[in-house]
Amino acid sequence: MERLLWWTSVLSVVVILMVLTALRRAHIRVEYSVTWLIACGVLFALSRSQTVMSWIASTLGLTYAPSVLALVAGFIFVVMFFWTCVVISRLRDDNIALAQRVAILEFHLNRLKTSSESTPGAAQ
Amino acid sequence: MSDAAINELLVIIPAYNEEAAIAGVIQAIREAVPGATILVLDDCSKDGTVSVVRAVGAEIVTLPHHLGLGGLVQTGYKLAFSLGYQYVIRVDGDGQHDPADIPRIYERLRTSGAEMVIGSRMSNVDGWKTGFVRRMGIQFFRAVLRPILGRPVHDPTSGFVGVNRAALQVFAGSFPLEYPEIEALVVLQRRKFRFEEVPVKMHPRRTGRSSITAFKSLYYIVHVLLGVFVNILKYERRAAGRKPQ
Repeated sequence: MERLLWWTSVLSVVVILMVLTALRRAHIRVEYSVTWLIACGVLFALSRSQTVMSWIASTLGLTYAPSVLALVAGFIFVVMFFWTCVVISRLRDDNIALAQRVAILEFHLNRLKTSSESTPGAAQ
Repeated sequence: MSDAAINELLVIIPAYNEEAAIAGVIQAIREAVPGATILVLDDCSKDGTVSVVRAVGAEIVTLPHHLGLGGLVQTGYKLAFSLGYQYVIRVDGDGQHDPADIPRIYERLRTSGAEMVIGSRMSNVDGWKTGFVRRMGIQFFRAVLRPILGRPVHDPTSGFVGVNRAALQVFAGSFPLEYPEIEALVVLQRRKFRFEEVPVKMHPRRTGRSSITAFKSLYYIVHVLLGVFVNILKYERRAAGRKPQ
């Protein structure tokens, strides 16, 4: 059990460092990094505090206290995956609207070009 | 058909990799409705669709990247609405729809007062066949849509449709992005719009192969079913939240 807790702590710290590095290099936006940092912070705190973990386990009726870690990690993963899908859906909508607008503007531009080419002196 | 009438009609052709069929489709539309504006909507084709369309002198809107059928058709509706067209008829770019049916769809749009006219494939004419799974899917959606629409619809998956300006305004603002035909019917019904059906011919594809497989048909059924019910719920919620005028 002690080894599992240590590995959880180490992995949490590794992910926190990864997120901070990605932030520094602007590979992830601040608003999306906050949830990762909080999630890893929670996992780290749980793995370092057996009292809290045991209390949560007994409250939830779990006989093996470290299974709280798996439960919390699984819950965080599901919530973040869902949130990612929400963000992607919004971005896709924005992306479609932008692509349509670009296509329509390009259509008008081509029409203007054609009409100015067919009217000598119109562009002067 | 008079010139004044033709100037209020736009024929849109959604196309993706249709270089072999598109010129023939445009030519057939020109013969069926001489003088009508034809607008090809290109969904970022990888073949020579765009150059073929330009070579035959039709107007074209090219998307900067692939959006899929719903996003593509909505682009046409947005443009048509902003240009002031009264009626828009959609004809697929693969040559399966017979442009000779356009005048009848247009006539029904103008005279019936219905916001949408569907070119329905009611019989297998000229060798048009569809697969077993797809046929079952159509039957299934006919049964699902019957109580929702309050009347039977023969061919809810047909892409050969005409809309008037009222429907155009709705679709320019909101249009189902994937597999739009069935959801579009529900969207219109929730706004108390009417639709009519006109029997049309359906040809086999001129070139290429249909991308519809048994698995895709199954995915289609689940996707559209979800979309139909989401549309119903969305509209109910909006209607419930609307303040009285």
